[in-house]
Amino acid sequence: MSKVLELTLEVWRQDGPGTKGAFETYTVEIPDDASFLEMLDKVNENLFQAGQEPITFDHDCREGICGSCGVMIDGQAHGPQKGTATCQLHMRQFSDGQTIRVEPWRAAGFPIIKDLMVNRAAFDRIVESGGYITVTTGAAPDANEIPVPKDAADSAMDAAACIGCGACVAACPNSAANLFTAAKMQHLNQLPQGQAERWRRSESMVETMEEFFGSCTNHGECQEACPKEITIDFIAMMNRDYLRSKLVNRRRLGERKIG
Amino acid sequence: MVRDNTTLGAFREQDRFVINTGRSPTISPISHKRRRTGMTQAIERPGADAPVVNKPKPSKRPWPVEFATSAVGMKWIMALSGLALIGFVLAHAFGNLKVYFGAEDFDHYAESLRTLLYPIVPKTWVLWGMRIGLIVAFGAHIGSAIALTRINQKARPVRYQSPRNYIAANFASRSMRWTGIIVALFVLFHLADLTWGFANPDFVRGDAYANLVASFDRLPVAIFYMLANIALGIHLFHGTWSMFQSMGINSPRYNSARRWIAGLVAAAITVVNVSFPLAVTFGVVG
Repeated sequence: MSKVLELTLEVWRQDGPGTKGAFETYTVEIPDDASFLEMLDKVNENLFQAGQEPITFDHDCREGICGSCGVMIDGQAHGPQKGTATCQLHMRQFSDGQTIRVEPWRAAGFPIIKDLMVNRAAFDRIVESGGYITVTTGAAPDANEIPVPKDAADSAMDAAACIGCGACVAACPNSAANLFTAAKMQHLNQLPQGQAERWRRSESMVETMEEFFGSCTNHGECQEACPKEITIDFIAMMNRDYLRSKLVNRRRLGERKIG
Repeated sequence: MVRDNTTLGAFREQDRFVINTGRSPTISPISHKRRRTGMTQAIERPGADAPVVNKPKPSKRPWPVEFATSAVGMKWIMALSGLALIGFVLAHAFGNLKVYFGAEDFDHYAESLRTLLYPIVPKTWVLWGMRIGLIVAFGAHIGSAIALTRINQKARPVRYQSPRNYIAANFASRSMRWTGIIVALFVLFHLADLTWGFANPDFVRGDAYANLVASFDRLPVAIFYMLANIALGIHLFHGTWSMFQSMGINSPRYNSARRWIAGLVAAAITVVNVSFPLAVTFGVVG
């Protein structure tokens, strides 16, 4: 049987970009097997019925794979549970009578659209600048046509788990997007298929990232906040690849054995 | 590239599909830069606008300039200059242990620094080479730190309005700027005290052992020296670990050793350096 929690919420309300916002206080009764977003739904239902404007927040799949949701909950990106997005956070993580502060991601690269919703287009710009491989897509190639070492395949898969939610930027004391960029870069750089464009990718993704975000000071907050538990090992790999992107003689890259 | 206006509706001029010719002026400055650095971008689609945070860097700069002005590049500069400074601090602390062998040995060691590699190299050349190297390393380290701090402050103009709950960031990593400033100020005093001598009334040029004792006989100096070296230890604990990350020294085979190495470097420096004022204060040296 689920327990019903009585909670006080302090939620950041802001009419739009550039306007001044403030915390508003709400109370809600919610069963502890509800998710955090269901709890916000309940608050919004109450607001509807009272004829007030509901809280705007991003959400989509509600199973932790789309990367749409994400808010700061009591000063932690995606809340107190490790390795989950906000939608997978359940109210049993909180106790009856608790006050919870909910705030949007804050970064110059993520301007607030409204309330808890931020504009994450900067992430799209980073991926556009190199987060892909340029190949003709046709029929799927035969499995195992290109041998990939198991360790590399596992590591690339770990990086590819990034859902682009922005928690790394939100959690970083410097608003750096190094974990996101490294994950989007390294899942290709670690595989044979990503080698042909590796150095151009490394260079352009880092430099595009730096148009929007801060710099890494190796606190490690991002990997704690990441709902996919992506490690900062990828940031180290990115740092190395960025230096090499400046040094390698790209005319000779075809001489290297790829894969 | 054909696009059917009737089915896709009206769109703004800048939303046009653009073939990557590198000359279209209809795109915002950000996408202009994007075309330059990006991989082959045949088509740009309309979408949400990303904010302008940092001014796009001018195009066509030499690669070392591009590297040195990028944040990742500056972290490399921080790491490499930091490595040089760690090397210096370790050698400096180790050399100064000679103070426990007595005045004659210590003064002889101090004098020998002027004649390193002599007679292959003229006297004091190696010393001056190291001094210039240190000044460059300090300049690069501090300059990059200031530039990166500015970038980071700009990256979050509006702070979180509720208290943050940090999980991984520790005291050392959160206080790097402050411990760095303390160490920088200490280095200036240290030079004035024991190299130039004007901060030490009993300073006699070339009389290293007596100068050291005279300096630490002043209790406030001894206390400042100890506090500064504890700050240095805290700085090195995060700095050494951070150096490995910034330089991409990362492998499951030795990742667990990196924290240990950082702890050992920090502890060794702090313990050895703090021992000198303590030894003078308690009369072991003097």
